[in-house]
Amino acid sequence: MQSFLGIFDIYLLEAVINGILLGGVLALLALGLNLIFGVIDVTWICYAELVMIGMYGMYYLVQVFHLPYWAAAPLVILLVALLGAALHFLVIAPLLTAPPINQLLATGGVLFILQSFATVAFGIDFRNLGIRLPVLALGEMNFSYARLLSFGAALAGMIGVYLFLTRTFTGTAIRAIAQDRQIMPLMGVDPKRIYLVTSAIGGGLAGLAACLLVLQYDVHPFVGLSFGPITFLICVLGGLGNFIGGFIAAFVFAEIISLGGLFSDLEWGYVLAFAFFIVMMFIRPAGLLSRRA
Amino acid sequence: MTGMLELKSIDAGYGSFQALFDVSLNVRAGEAVGVIGPNGAGKTTLMRVISGLIRPTQGTIAMEGTDVVATPPHRIVSLGIAHVPENRRLFPRLTVADNLKMGAYMPGARAHYAERLEFVFELFPRLKERLQQMAGTMSGGEQQMCAIGRALMSNPKLLLLDEPSAGLAPVVVQQVFELVKRIRASGLTVLIVEQNVQQVLRVVDRAYLLEAGSIRAAGSAAELAASDTIKQAYLGV
Repeated sequence: MQSFLGIFDIYLLEAVINGILLGGVLALLALGLNLIFGVIDVTWICYAELVMIGMYGMYYLVQVFHLPYWAAAPLVILLVALLGAALHFLVIAPLLTAPPINQLLATGGVLFILQSFATVAFGIDFRNLGIRLPVLALGEMNFSYARLLSFGAALAGMIGVYLFLTRTFTGTAIRAIAQDRQIMPLMGVDPKRIYLVTSAIGGGLAGLAACLLVLQYDVHPFVGLSFGPITFLICVLGGLGNFIGGFIAAFVFAEIISLGGLFSDLEWGYVLAFAFFIVMMFIRPAGLLSRRA
Repeated sequence: MTGMLELKSIDAGYGSFQALFDVSLNVRAGEAVGVIGPNGAGKTTLMRVISGLIRPTQGTIAMEGTDVVATPPHRIVSLGIAHVPENRRLFPRLTVADNLKMGAYMPGARAHYAERLEFVFELFPRLKERLQQMAGTMSGGEQQMCAIGRALMSNPKLLLLDEPSAGLAPVVVQQVFELVKRIRASGLTVLIVEQNVQQVLRVVDRAYLLEAGSIRAAGSAAELAASDTIKQAYLGV
């Protein structure tokens, strides 16, 4: 009995730590989506599909053009940042004054376009980088380097965005425009430019997430479905547009998935996470950090 | 003598609602000019038309000879026009420091950020103590200081003040008008819109009376204060 508990605790600790590591990447995805929603007031339903395009970018640069991972990653971040800016310029900007449902449907349309484009252009084969990172053994616990690296890079990315938003004039304008968009011209701020910069940052975060996820998952045209929905649930649970709420919710979800997976299958972890979400929507419909009315 | 700011025959409104009818007005460099009138007379619309938040349907606006109507709204502040909007409109969940930073957003002002900040602290020492506080948590008077300070960060030539005394306690209203005097003394030109006629006529050189979207009277502060219509309608004597 004693030895059973000892082993059990090790697995528990391993699951908790793996949950934290998973939470880092989920928090990165949630930050990108929250940034777009908080500042521009639109939801990019196709956010995870931007990540999918980024993952294909990594695959082609590394496997086909034989670039080292470290050289390919910045290119992919730049590529998806440009894609985010293009998405805003071509799809969102013309619909800025349209009803929210139209904006939602338009980005939903982009989701199917990107999936179909990927199917036609890249085929439906599962592809990977062919990079297998070693596993770190700590006592009886195992952690993959891919996850540790992803966690560290995701954290660095989030700190970078935080510093940009708090230290620069443009970053301050991004936070200000979310609070009062009408008076921005009085500050000498062109809202169009701020929206474009914000979209590029949102895209860049999707690009960074792509570089990290491609280390752990195979890429295929529908890979966005594996983390798109969970990212939305995280953002809604944290309160759409609430950066800190999204950050906390990402780790709550990651722990539920990881610990749920420990007690049964990984799929049950997801089921638990979604069930938790539904219950929370009854208890705190405006999000974890909402103030009680 | 031509003015710093010149409005000629301005019509403006919101959709099919017209708020200003054939409004002409000028402000000379170094002057303090008031626009008085009742609620709903179009005073705020007048301010918004000058700073580009809404566009006139008729007429011309010139700032030191530059066509304001042809200037994109976010570039009008670069012409030297800073607008302190009605109800202050601070960014409530940004710190006082970040609010002031937004006032210095345009490239020309960023270069002089530190010295402008010193200037604002000289005028409003209180803001220096409150730098890290969220702007929305300050008292009304402090928020008004912050809103004026934010406008001054852009190093304007002309300051537009829209109802600076609205919603403030009587003692604080007094302080705000004292501030307006100090801002004038620093060499700024001021155009101020107020319902508080008695007070505003004490700090301005000239004033216009705006009623139902049209200029009904204009003159020196002393003339207006002495006019019977204004006495009866606005000064309660």
